[in-house]
Amino acid sequence: MASEKIKNCMALDLAAETQRITQSLRTALASHLHRRGLVIAMSGGIDSSVVAALCVEAVGPQRVYGLMLPETDSSSSSLDKAKAVADKLGLKYEVQNIAPALQALGCYDRRDEAMRRVIPGYGKGWTSKIVITGGLQGRYNHFDLVVRDPNGKEQRERLPLQEYLQIVAATNYKQRIRKSIEYFHADRLNYAVAGTPNRLEYDQGFFVKNGDGAADIKPISHLYKTQVYALAAHFDLPEKVRSAAPTTDTYSLPQGQDEFYFALPYAQMDVALWAHNHKIPAADLARQIGITEEQASRVYVDIEAKRRAAAYLHSPGLVVADITV
Amino acid sequence: MTAKDSVRKYILENFLFTDDTNALRDDDSLLDKGIIDSTGVMELIAFIEAEFHIKVTESEMIPDNLDSVHHIARFVASKHLVKA
Repeated sequence: MASEKIKNCMALDLAAETQRITQSLRTALASHLHRRGLVIAMSGGIDSSVVAALCVEAVGPQRVYGLMLPETDSSSSSLDKAKAVADKLGLKYEVQNIAPALQALGCYDRRDEAMRRVIPGYGKGWTSKIVITGGLQGRYNHFDLVVRDPNGKEQRERLPLQEYLQIVAATNYKQRIRKSIEYFHADRLNYAVAGTPNRLEYDQGFFVKNGDGAADIKPISHLYKTQVYALAAHFDLPEKVRSAAPTTDTYSLPQGQDEFYFALPYAQMDVALWAHNHKIPAADLARQIGITEEQASRVYVDIEAKRRAAAYLHSPGLVVADITV
Repeated sequence: MTAKDSVRKYILENFLFTDDTNALRDDDSLLDKGIIDSTGVMELIAFIEAEFHIKVTESEMIPDNLDSVHHIARFVASKHLVKA
């Protein structure tokens, strides 16, 4: 019965899955990528922490190199968490603040300029985030800009298209600069770059094209975030990493991933994505995650809409003629 | 030019890169046929607002108003009726 299947949909044999992933990592390095180890950018979040643990389990800490790449809007606790994971796993790492590079590229200035076009008072000492809205209510998704002035007063305005695109384009610099640094170290060490998207992110396009979406191997892109958390417990990763709610760590105001991109918090989104993939009726999904049947139907529509948009992000560079010999 | 023609021309030029009017029928679902994605919807709204001098509110950003040439023309007509 659908309702029975959905109840245990996130169950996973953690030991067996760990073995499967680590074997895949070794095979990829030996037979496909021909590289000697793995570079992993560690944000302090659950996904990169679990990928780091899997990499170390696969090839040993001496063949894994960690990178911590904070910038102006990174949460102060992110670096502490990343270091705690790296120290527990025994891997070498380095910290490089990418704010100067982002500043030089105009990342912050271009983002703030777009925000000022929407809220003219926005400036020094203000914080901000963008929030997705509409999908769960049956409307087309769009974004609102939320700002907080130095006195703590919040304002929320609908983001016009040009300003939305410019803000996203500017903040995308963060993920793309990080990826450049990862590949510098991969090239100098003759290592491969391990990516960190989980299944929800990979499927729904929650990554930056040629930013965090780029990697030589993506060890957890088939795992739901709930399962990633389970693996974190399996590896006994630091509690402060396991207990933190997923954030984007990209905007200066704290921003949950469900505020920024997904229709629901991750635990519910995982089940919704699984249910959609297994053609579970909306009514069963609704009962399982505590929403209305109408909302569940809208989540299914939203999943398909995001999949369509994600096709561009997954697309390799197209060629215009057959170049096979 | 009618509202339908104007909308069709905009979509053909900016999303389909063709001037073949047969490529987009009045009732073709823009989302289901993959003609427009979520960013495209925002572009379309910006076009509609500028072209027809109307404001699309959040509650009006629904497929029933925006998902085909026919739906858009009907929505624009209803907004002009309200203004009149």
